[in-house]
Amino acid sequence: MKSLGNIRREFAPWNKPDAKPYIQFKNVTKRFGDFTAVNNLSLSIYEREFFALLGASGCGKSTLLRMLAGFEEPTSGQILLDGQDLRGIPPYRRPVNMMFQSYALFPHMTVEQNIAFGLKQDGMPKAEIEQRVTDMLKLVKLGQFAKRKPHQLSGGQRQRVALARAVAKRPKVLLLDEPLGALDKKLREETQFELMDLQQTLGLTFVVVTHDQEEAMTMADRIAILDKGEVMQVATPAEVYEAPGSRFVADFVGNINMFEGKVADRDSSGATITSANGVTIRTANAGDAAAGSEVAFAIRPEKIKVSSKKPENGDNVMEGEIYDIAYLGDMTIFHVQLGNGQVVKASSLNATRATEDPLSWDDKAWISFRNDAGVVLTR
Amino acid sequence: MKHPLSAITNRLVILVPYLWLLFFFLIPFFIVFKISLSTTAIAMPPYTPTLGLADGFSGLLSQIGEFSFDNYLWLTQDALYFNAYVSSVIIAGISTFLALLVGYPIAYGMARAPATIRPTLLMLVILPFWTSFLIRVYAWIGILKPEGLLNQLLLATGVIDQPLVILNTHSAIFIGIVYSYLPFMILPLYSALEKMDYSLIEAAQDLGCPPASAFWKITFPLSLPGVIAGCLLVFIPAVGEFVIPDLLGGSQTLMIGKTLWNEFFANRDWPVSSAVAVILLLLLVVPIMFFQQAQARAQEQGR
Repeated sequence: MKSLGNIRREFAPWNKPDAKPYIQFKNVTKRFGDFTAVNNLSLSIYEREFFALLGASGCGKSTLLRMLAGFEEPTSGQILLDGQDLRGIPPYRRPVNMMFQSYALFPHMTVEQNIAFGLKQDGMPKAEIEQRVTDMLKLVKLGQFAKRKPHQLSGGQRQRVALARAVAKRPKVLLLDEPLGALDKKLREETQFELMDLQQTLGLTFVVVTHDQEEAMTMADRIAILDKGEVMQVATPAEVYEAPGSRFVADFVGNINMFEGKVADRDSSGATITSANGVTIRTANAGDAAAGSEVAFAIRPEKIKVSSKKPENGDNVMEGEIYDIAYLGDMTIFHVQLGNGQVVKASSLNATRATEDPLSWDDKAWISFRNDAGVVLTR
Repeated sequence: MKHPLSAITNRLVILVPYLWLLFFFLIPFFIVFKISLSTTAIAMPPYTPTLGLADGFSGLLSQIGEFSFDNYLWLTQDALYFNAYVSSVIIAGISTFLALLVGYPIAYGMARAPATIRPTLLMLVILPFWTSFLIRVYAWIGILKPEGLLNQLLLATGVIDQPLVILNTHSAIFIGIVYSYLPFMILPLYSALEKMDYSLIEAAQDLGCPPASAFWKITFPLSLPGVIAGCLLVFIPAVGEFVIPDLLGGSQTLMIGKTLWNEFFANRDWPVSSAVAVILLLLLVVPIMFFQQAQARAQEQGR
């Protein structure tokens, strides 16, 4: 089977019809006064999955996490964890632990005491607590900082302490609220991979809330994209990127060019789309779009080729003019204005140091893309 | 480059509080200390020696030679003073503890109230200061006396059938001190509780800690700087309190502020009352130093 994004997945319980979901949101609604934070939402998360809730601020992702942790109760609907209804169970009796966005480390306790806090609550024997704390400190590589107070640590170190404290109790599910939000870019990238390793090592189910799509794409097995308290799409990162289910998802994740139009012709090999501003596009990925229906054709910038000469072959070729160029080092982004005035973004990888086909502002240029490069969006 | 003038203005700015302390604390203190070393006299002012250069420099020296610590010795010989100090510390201590018990829930409630109504609540705490302290204490006489408002209310509702004797007892002093100094307890507690991150409580609960236990393990330890500040702000003035024990406590109450007042106005013994004041000050320097150390520590912790 052809896999999207060229990633072969061993772990995909969501594709198995007999797999039992570990966490289930069933028609969950949460209202705060007049404001509906979560609207009749249903979602399934599987055991050992690294699941990301992605959305802009106010989309309800944090509310979902807080309902799982027990800080909020759903107004209606049901949340099940391992088959058990969580309604009425207070946060201190739930087998989930949360890593807070602010880390919420206890400022009057040392790193050690912070990590041991949850274990002491469980009445674990002292020797076992010590052993577990030592293991946790080793896991997050903070052994020599055991006796420090949180304010004596750097941001990255605090983040690790928060993580160690949250996993110390070996929860069934670890909830992470914007876990990397407070770190700088470089540290964030490193930590993303560490989190993934940690999840593999401990074999826990992770549910992470983030507004950073790159973070979600890198770490998660599956991503749920939320908007106004509703799930727009739940899919693997590659599916979300390459086969977005709606205009919202296509636009929200990454950069994309959209051509609004109608299906002019539909056959078994694909469809021809005429856009409202007079562009005709031939595509092989027409999905369930019927002839005559209003659709959008969406295509990512990196799938469009820009050249100064008209390409010999190519399924879709359009003429335009270079409107803007952004050189980013690893790639260059061209904004090409078509004859009809629409500006199309195209990016090309700078695989060599010098290019044979240099393009400059106001140059005449051709854009081309294959008929399987874009998708047709009906919603 | 620093402007040379700015260095001078910097020093002047620093000088102001030192001058303030010099004129309004250190010089008056030395005057009191000097009087405490004198002996009473039927004169104006009512003590000798009075320092002056009327008899030249040698005269001044012989006047200084007359200073003695007899008044301090006297304080150790009459048990009245020792008892008054101890009783003041006990009454102030109990009142401080009661003020903490009353003030903590109020401060906690204020800190957890919606941000929009917090300024109003703060205003309500400070509002009593707009009326004279003396009038407010007098008002308590009207409330607490046997035929007062409280007894009338309790009798009318049938809770009691004999009026309670509250006025002129220690209970009245506790009520008076707690009432008068409550804002000094609430404000530092509020400021400590208000800046506390509520997610810490959520984190504690998330880690398996029930709410009541989370309060004692997280909230209370983190509000400790506020607790210490509030307790000292109540305890220190309460030890030397004169008006409340005099008006509400009746004649049998022994407190150092009252003793001092009696020595000064009734006995007209300025030297002994000055000695009482100096010892009271030394007694209070200990908690004040403790307070400052606690503040420095809180600052060091940074947040």
